[in-house]
Amino acid sequence: MDVNKNSYTFAFSAILVIVVAGSLAFVSESLKPMQKENVRLEKMQNILASVKVESTPEEAKEKFDKYIVDQKMLNASGDVVAAKDGLGPFDIDVVKQYKTEKAENRLYPLFIFEDGSNRKFIVPLAGKGLWGPIWGYVAFEDDMQTVYGSTFDHKTETPGLGAEIKETWFQERFIGKSIFDSQGEFVSIEVVKGGTDVEGDAHRVDGISGGTITSKGVGEMIERTLKVYVPYFKGTQQASL
Amino acid sequence: MSETAEATQEVAKEPKEPLFSAKNKRLLSDPMNDDNPITIQVLGICSALAITVQVKQSFVMALSVLFVMIGANLIVSWMRNLIPSRVRIIVQLVIVASLVILVDQVLKAFLYDVSKQLSVFVGLIITNCIIMGRLEAFALGNKAWPSFLDAIGNAAGYGWILIAVAIVREVFGSGTFWGFQIIPDAFYDLGYADNGLMILPPMALITVGIIIWVQRAKNTKLIEEN
Repeated sequence: MDVNKNSYTFAFSAILVIVVAGSLAFVSESLKPMQKENVRLEKMQNILASVKVESTPEEAKEKFDKYIVDQKMLNASGDVVAAKDGLGPFDIDVVKQYKTEKAENRLYPLFIFEDGSNRKFIVPLAGKGLWGPIWGYVAFEDDMQTVYGSTFDHKTETPGLGAEIKETWFQERFIGKSIFDSQGEFVSIEVVKGGTDVEGDAHRVDGISGGTITSKGVGEMIERTLKVYVPYFKGTQQASL
Repeated sequence: MSETAEATQEVAKEPKEPLFSAKNKRLLSDPMNDDNPITIQVLGICSALAITVQVKQSFVMALSVLFVMIGANLIVSWMRNLIPSRVRIIVQLVIVASLVILVDQVLKAFLYDVSKQLSVFVGLIITNCIIMGRLEAFALGNKAWPSFLDAIGNAAGYGWILIAVAIVREVFGSGTFWGFQIIPDAFYDLGYADNGLMILPPMALITVGIIIWVQRAKNTKLIEEN
């Protein structure tokens, strides 16, 4: 058989492509449940990391169930809403939502951590850096205004510059900062240009030199997201007084 | 009937080559040393720089390349008389690409943390010149068994360099091996410090350079005349 005939070449290519596409689709479909589970476990690890609970993928679920005692979901005006279509707060992908949904349609999850008498509130964040999406979790103390811990991550920020938001030294700068001023007004936490002296300033964090746009992105995502939680935080603060 | 008889006779007449003849053994051993894909042919360097910070990553990368290599070499070798020569490069690419996607999916399902560290480099196995090079140069013109050996030889030749570089970089860069600390705290107390430069890509190139130097010093026939 002449394998260099046009008709043969076409037929060969067509069959090859169909066989390859079919087998890849099959593999992808059959491995999907396991891959999804891995992503879920990673999310649990990240949430726990923001309150400084380290966990391996194996123990993530157990620890998550133990420490995260409650999960809530707020709408854009800050009211608590019920789970919709079986999608609870944990199922909301804030990064995807940030990209596809308008601000007023987004849902805002809140995770409540409890270890003995120690209560923390964990808020997921999503925003954009210089090159692509950035996201993270910020955890507040029981007073709902002092930052207890935070984690940030990114997809494609510049290594050594913007990508440093992933590093502990940057994340630690947020600890102890406050989102409300002494009058109880929401002021958020601003990330300022790297190298600025922010000693003793409760609302400003020193950014990363050379990673200004990513740093600003972190500040923007904190401000925009937390604004939504303000009514809820205030309501709960007053209720507990 | 007569045709079949003739065909069988013809096959029988061919002297049967033993599975591990001297020639076949060379397919395995040459790429380890005399014809190493990284140190002699200088192929696949980019992944050697990128993922040799930790031994575990390198090991998984080497295994992934081994799998893709064997799969691609075997498939191409089996199909070598069916592949139209005008589209052979694309056919090879499709085969390699689908094997790589397969590896990527399996890693994501079973070794999620490693797959995150390897990130784009698993996908970039597709562009690893070693694989396409072996398909073009070997599998397209040889039977399945020699192609299989050739794949193992080249993947192992690639893998051992990768792991050797990774051992050097992890031990001196982070003081660990496979994630376990091997340099005792007492050393650090005495003033020893991990060499941060080892973590950076340039040191991978320098380490590969040192391996090439040692190899050529021992194996003088590799040294070019001019």
